[in-house]
Amino acid sequence: MDIFIQVVYFVAAVLFILGLKKMSSPVTATGGIVWAGIGMVAASLVAFFEPGVFSHTSNVVLIVIAIGVGSAIAYITAKRVQMTDMPQMIAIYNGMGGGAAAAIAAVELVKMASGHGADGTAHELSGTAQVLAVIGALIGAVSFSGSAIAFAKLQGLMKKTIRLPMHMIINLGLFVLTVIAGAIIGFSDDVSIQLVLLFFVMALVFGVLFTTPIGGADMPVVISLFNAFTGLAVAFEGYVLENAAMIIAGTVVGSAGTLLTQLMAKAMNRPISNILFASFGSDGGDAAEEDIEGSMKEIQGTDAAIMMAYAEKVIIVPGYGMAVAQAQHKVSELTKLLEARGVKVMFAIHPVAGRMPGHMNVLLAEAGIDYDKILDLDEVNPEFPTADVALVIGANDVVNPVARSNPDSPIYGMPILDADMAKNCIVIKRGKGSGFSGIENHLFYADNTRMLYGDGQKAVGELISGIKEM
Amino acid sequence: MIEIGGFTALYIFMLSAFTGYEVISRVPVILHTPMMSGSNFIHGIVLVGAIVVMGGAESTLEQVIGFIAVALAAGNAVGGYVATVRMLEMFNPKDKKGEV
Repeated sequence: MDIFIQVVYFVAAVLFILGLKKMSSPVTATGGIVWAGIGMVAASLVAFFEPGVFSHTSNVVLIVIAIGVGSAIAYITAKRVQMTDMPQMIAIYNGMGGGAAAAIAAVELVKMASGHGADGTAHELSGTAQVLAVIGALIGAVSFSGSAIAFAKLQGLMKKTIRLPMHMIINLGLFVLTVIAGAIIGFSDDVSIQLVLLFFVMALVFGVLFTTPIGGADMPVVISLFNAFTGLAVAFEGYVLENAAMIIAGTVVGSAGTLLTQLMAKAMNRPISNILFASFGSDGGDAAEEDIEGSMKEIQGTDAAIMMAYAEKVIIVPGYGMAVAQAQHKVSELTKLLEARGVKVMFAIHPVAGRMPGHMNVLLAEAGIDYDKILDLDEVNPEFPTADVALVIGANDVVNPVARSNPDSPIYGMPILDADMAKNCIVIKRGKGSGFSGIENHLFYADNTRMLYGDGQKAVGELISGIKEM
Repeated sequence: MIEIGGFTALYIFMLSAFTGYEVISRVPVILHTPMMSGSNFIHGIVLVGAIVVMGGAESTLEQVIGFIAVALAAGNAVGGYVATVRMLEMFNPKDKKGEV
C-alpha cells in the first residue's frame, strides 16, 4: 500500500509540472489544468490511506465534512464571480492555501507541545523539520492574513491605505518579535502552547500590517508574491510531513511565483523592495504640482466616432477603467464595426494594466477578441507613430509621458505605452481627477489629445452608435 | 513512508525551483493571470498534508485546527481550479459565449 501511495504522489507531481508546462500556450492551456486537476484528485484520495489516517473514524468523518464545506464555498464563489473581480478571488484562494499550511504547522507544533503523537508515543520532529515547520508557519500565516487584506482592498471593502504612525518601525519590531518567538519554538525541546499561540497571532497581525500600507495599484505584485509565499510554505510543511509531492509542487509554485513577481516589478521599473516598503505617492506630492502646458480638450462621442471610422489604424489601450465599467463587450463590438469598415485595430497591453498581469488579456478574450490582435508593450510601441488614433479606455499611469520626460516624477523610468506618439489620441475617462498614483497625466493636456468624458461602457456605446449612424 | 533526508530534500528543492523558473519563463504575458491562478491551484496539494495531519489529530484542539486546515486547503484547490478553468475557457475560440 505504501508503494502505491508513493507512486500516486509521484505521478501527481509529474502531472503538476506537465500541466503548468501545457499552460504556457493558449492552445493547450485548458488541457494543462485538467491534467493538474487529475493529479490533485488522485493525490487527495490516496492521502486517506496514509498510515494513521484511518485509525480514528471520527477524524475521517470530520475530514470529509471539512472538504465538503471548503469545496462548496469555493466552488460557488468561483462560479459566480465576475471576470473583472477574478484578481481578488485568486488572492483569497491563495490565502486559504497559506492558512492551511500554517494550520498544518500549528497541529504539528501543538502535538509537540502537548507531547504525544499519532501513535500515542512522544511526538518528536527532527531538528530540521521543527525549524522548517516554524518557517512555513510564519510564511503561510503572513500569506493568509495578507491575502485577506489584498482581497478587501481590491473588493473595495478597504478604500484607504491605512498607515499607522511609525508604521515601518512597528512592522519591523513586530517582525523581529515574531522571528524571536519562532526561533524559540523552532529550537527548543520544551515548547508551551501559549507561546505557539502568541507566535501565530503575531504572524497574522504582521501579515495585515505588512499589506495595509501598499496601494491598490501595486496589489498585482503583492498577490503574486503571496502566491510564491504559499508555495514555499507548502514545500516546507511537505518536508515536515515527509511528502515529496508537497515539496515539489510547493517549490515549483514558489519559484514560478517569484519569477512572476520580478517580471511585474520590472514592468513597473521599481525594485520589489520599493513596492513593498515605500508607499507610492508619499513623495510624489511635489511633482504633481508642477506646471502643465495646455489644457484638457473635450470631444463629443459622435466626433470621436468619425475620427475612428476614417482612420486606417487604431490602437486601443485598455486599463482598469475598462474592467470597472465592464466595457469589454462594447469594445469588442466597436472593434468588429471598425474592422468591417476596413480599419486595422490592435490592442496595446501594458504589463501592469489592470490589477494583475494579463488581467486585460483575460477580459478581452472573454469578449471574444482574438489574441493575435493583442500586443505587448515591446511589440506595440513601434506601431504608435503610424497609428491614426490611439483610444485610451480607463488607463492612466501606463500612458503618462512624464515617465519618459520628468526625472522628478515618481514613475520616471517606468516603461509606458507611447499613446502620445499617435496622430490623434482619444482618452475615455470618468472624471478629471488623476490616476491611482495621484500623478497628473501630461498626455491629457497634449495638443493631439481629446477627452471623451464618461463611464467606459457608456462612452464606447456612444462611439458605436456614432459609427452606425454614418 | 519514504525517508527524505536533509540533503535529498535540498536536492529536490533545488531541482524543483529550477523547474518552476524554466516552465514559467516561457509563458506569454497574455496567460499570466490564468498561469498565476493555475499555480495557485497547484499549491492546493496542501490538502494532502491537511488530510494526513487531521487524520492523526488526537486532542480537540488538534481536531479544530486540523478541520480548519482541511477546509482551507479544499477551498484553495477547488477555488483555484474553477477560477483557472473559467479563465482558460475564455481563450477557447470554440465555445465563446460572450456573457458569463
